[in-house]
Amino acid sequence: MKFARDTWLIFQRQFQLLLRNPVWLFVGVFQPVMYLLLFAPLLKAALNAPTQAAAYKIFVPGLLVLLAIFGGLFQGFGLIAELRAGVIERSRVTPVSRLALLLGRSLRDVVSLIAQAIIITLLALLFDLRVFIGYLLLAYLMLALIALMTSAVSYGVALKVKSEDALAPLMNTVAQPVLLLSGILLPLALAPGWLQGIANWNPFSWAVDGVRALFAGDLSNDKVWQGLTIIAVLAVAGVVWAARQFARSVR
Amino acid sequence: MIETRGLRKSFRSRAGRETKTVDAVRGVNLDVAEGEIFGFLGPNGAGKTTTLRMLATLIEPDGGEATIAGADLRKDPAEVRRRIGYVAQGGSTWDESTAREELVLHARLYGIGKAEAHRRAARALDAFQLSDYADRKCKTYSGGQRRRVEIALGIIHEPKIVFLDEPTTGLDPQSRAHMWDEIRRLRAEGMTVFITTHYLDEADALCDRIAIMDHGEVVAEGTPAELKREISGEVVIVGLDAPATPRAAELLDTEAYVNKLETVDEGGLRLYVDEGATAIPQVLRRLDGAGLDLRSIELHRPSLDDVFLTKTGRSLRES
Repeated sequence: MKFARDTWLIFQRQFQLLLRNPVWLFVGVFQPVMYLLLFAPLLKAALNAPTQAAAYKIFVPGLLVLLAIFGGLFQGFGLIAELRAGVIERSRVTPVSRLALLLGRSLRDVVSLIAQAIIITLLALLFDLRVFIGYLLLAYLMLALIALMTSAVSYGVALKVKSEDALAPLMNTVAQPVLLLSGILLPLALAPGWLQGIANWNPFSWAVDGVRALFAGDLSNDKVWQGLTIIAVLAVAGVVWAARQFARSVR
Repeated sequence: MIETRGLRKSFRSRAGRETKTVDAVRGVNLDVAEGEIFGFLGPNGAGKTTTLRMLATLIEPDGGEATIAGADLRKDPAEVRRRIGYVAQGGSTWDESTAREELVLHARLYGIGKAEAHRRAARALDAFQLSDYADRKCKTYSGGQRRRVEIALGIIHEPKIVFLDEPTTGLDPQSRAHMWDEIRRLRAEGMTVFITTHYLDEADALCDRIAIMDHGEVVAEGTPAELKREISGEVVIVGLDAPATPRAAELLDTEAYVNKLETVDEGGLRLYVDEGATAIPQVLRRLDGAGLDLRSIELHRPSLDDVFLTKTGRSLRES
């Protein structure tokens, strides 16, 4: 009860601050929209898709996962600013739950990610993308879990390194191979065997496959529950680890 | 209110390949009574902030014990958190939030209900003369206003003890004087106030008792007056012309109230006495009676800096 209340308080504050400066929505959506408009049209030919809509069915899920990964991984920057302002330390002298300090923030990130995902999905509808609403909600669940995990990890790392200068290269170094090995831009079905072999170890590649299966309306595909399970386990692990950093962190 | 025994903390720091252990706090014993302003004085890097952060549950001690407002720091830090307030040195407000939002949220983090949190925030804004800017963003505040918001945050849950880490550092003289008044007001309301400072005059003017810390240890503890009395009594400096000096020295050396006498090279004497205020009239009478011309007379009372100098061998201003 106290934990739920604490989480709600932190979430509420963070969300209120987010709404006060709505530029994030534009910035967050701008890049994916550019991909949608300027990159996706190449794919019909590249993927040998029968229609543009079919190409979008493959590309949009990847784009949404990309958004979730990057949106989450870079949340740590905001936390470093809060550390510097003393806000975190001020919270830590109160009896507030340490897990709530993390979860309140990560849930804000999840909500903002879903808002962006909805905008992208609506735009894609204009390009004749059609998805069954139940499957779409399951896909959003996957995205939410990814954002929860990546933002938690980003917060945990931010508390450890405590400086933007260290966080930026670290996150870029992690994000790039993760991105390339997840088949986000082009499906890994096109990749040579060795590359597919490596990608199998990338949890996000399972997530992308799962979301693609959902967009294709293929709920019986094992990748759906496998992807959800893998990401859910990692999200819990990430949250637990990051919450511990909140309990331990100095300054 | 606060009782610590042998509180210790060391940090590992890495310089190149070597790891060095720095003993930041080496066994601190403190006794702070209820309702007093207790000052923790020492140069930067003496271990004041580390000690304070241990007492505020922000870092875990390596050893020792502490009881704070009746709660055991090592066994029940959560209870300590409920009973104390803490105001950090570097600030704790968020630029984009307003003072009222910060106060309400902070109260609620202590488990206070929404309506009551709003009432307390309004009361605190009033008490700290912040009502006029209550709904402006913190980034628009002056240094002094912001510091007042931070103190208000530290006591919004009405703690028994509030820890203030260098509350006046970086404030202009006027804001500083205001802050002293605020701190005295907290004491008047029955709160125990624990402050750190590296300003001697602040410790002297504001604190009921002080502890002087150096190199991770408490080197002296007492009321400012006690500490000063402890070192050397007071000094009466008598200004005389050089020719008159030897004769005056001869006369005063035999006086019972003079503990020690030194001749000043350019003429004049330094008399070490227990109490300058009663020694001065006697000195005047003695010299006047002998027909010696006095150029000046001056009373030098030892400062906390003299205390620090005696205890550590260096001046606080230098360190």
